[in-house]
Amino acid sequence: MAVEMRLPVARKPLSETLGRESKKHLVVPGDTITTDTGFMRGHGTYMGEEKLIASVAGSVERVNKLICVKALKTRYNGEVGDIVVGRITERRRSAEDELAMRGFLQEGDLISAEVQAVFSDGAISLHTRSLKYGKLGQGVLVQVSPSLVKRQKTHFHDLPCGASVILGNNGFIWVYPTPEHKEDDAGGFIANLEPVSLGDREVISRLRNCIVSLATQRMMLYDTSILYCYEASLQHQIKDILKPEIMEEIVMETRQRLLEQEG
Amino acid sequence: MASVALSEAEKVYIVHGVQEDLRVDGRGCEDYRCVQVETDVVSNTSGSARVRLGHTDILVGVKAEMGTPKLEKPNEGYLEFFVDCSASATPEFEGRGGDDLGTEIANTLYRIFNNKSSIDLKSLCISPREHCWALYVDVLLLECGGNLFDAISIAVKAALFNTRIPRVRVLEDEEGLKDIELSDDPYDCIQLSVENVPCIVTLCKIGYRHVVDATLQEEACSLASLLVSVTSKGVVTCVRKVGKGSLDPESIFEMLETGKRVGKVLHTSLQSILHKEESLGPKRQKVGFLG
Repeated sequence: MAVEMRLPVARKPLSETLGRESKKHLVVPGDTITTDTGFMRGHGTYMGEEKLIASVAGSVERVNKLICVKALKTRYNGEVGDIVVGRITERRRSAEDELAMRGFLQEGDLISAEVQAVFSDGAISLHTRSLKYGKLGQGVLVQVSPSLVKRQKTHFHDLPCGASVILGNNGFIWVYPTPEHKEDDAGGFIANLEPVSLGDREVISRLRNCIVSLATQRMMLYDTSILYCYEASLQHQIKDILKPEIMEEIVMETRQRLLEQEG
Repeated sequence: MASVALSEAEKVYIVHGVQEDLRVDGRGCEDYRCVQVETDVVSNTSGSARVRLGHTDILVGVKAEMGTPKLEKPNEGYLEFFVDCSASATPEFEGRGGDDLGTEIANTLYRIFNNKSSIDLKSLCISPREHCWALYVDVLLLECGGNLFDAISIAVKAALFNTRIPRVRVLEDEEGLKDIELSDDPYDCIQLSVENVPCIVTLCKIGYRHVVDATLQEEACSLASLLVSVTSKGVVTCVRKVGKGSLDPESIFEMLETGKRVGKVLHTSLQSILHKEESLGPKRQKVGFLG
């Protein structure tokens, strides 16, 4: 039994801890980025009178002649081909729908799907036209900001530590026990409600805490970063990972390993 | 209470985890999340405290004002509680949505303080039947992340610890008219003793076991909970059952025992952190809301 109380500590700006000399160029909506008209406008910018103005709050990224502003915290904007994890909140109440779907999907269920089309008002239509998508069974959902999920070739990962993870582009991350054999017929609609073993639970809880730590420290989330964070956290108890000082230590170690791997 | 929708499979996962004493975030059934306490955050109150328990964020302010003692208790001051569920805590609290929850929490606070020993109300009396100190305790819910009652009771205790009531003297002149004189020194205050102020421990029944400090997801899996209000000595001042499920008398007994045990540890940690903060003195770095 543990009840830990502490006094709050002011957050330190990240550039101090990293020892970075070049500070990011941060802008807010309405800020002038540059008056040089030779640049191409990217996302998050628009052309005002003779100058390039930011339309979102974030950091300016420049690739050769393209300037765009990468927002620090956004709502999810769908792109065709994105994988999302979503929860059913409301459904059509027609007779055919009742007959067909009620048995399979209820309100509150989680599903994984792919974005099929994006409408002009921002609404998205999803499809689950593959057996790897569908209803999700037992596991843990972690909600993070969508801007932290890195765009990769695949978002379904079976991690070597013993659990699997789906990194939804909308910021919903699903951690679940790796199924023993690949069920290629059910598509997830027959939910497996057997108790998950204690070993698997520990791995899932540890992964969940690692993902929360990485998200709190604003690190990009992808399979390598999550795995390195998991390995760095093995020396601590699962519930200690969320303590501020241990979280910082683990994420610092992850950051270093990632830098070493790149360079 | 703010609720979160969960699928059947997620609920099954949580319930099985609790049976094996391994919750989703790795805690045991009797572990609290990390609590951050800071007092003296609001400058125009007599005492204030802010408590963050996971995603739950509570701000309490205490204002001491001069009032008339109640007719049935002429030698005592009194406490008034008001709870405001801010709409920024969760969209359900928009408009009048948070009023019901606010009244429920305020009534619970009145009940747990409704005994002779929690707070020494006689020390709040200035002159019997005429003047006394009324302490208005205002609770503001900034964010709802599960386990509201515990966080609120911790914040109320910390705010009462931080409350400084100005020292007054009653002067009587020849005609028998009483005049109240405030001391010139703004730091000449009396401090309340919060030794016996109780804290609430919420025990949620999930499956066959009960957990302390449930998150929103765990609260969605539990049908019945027991709110136990415990003092630092382990004395229970109030017990309340919430939820639409039923509780077995044996499990109520077990939950009470757990509540007393966990309550004592909670009080010890809280006392030590409050004394540590006080020992840092008035020059300490205040983090506040922008830290």
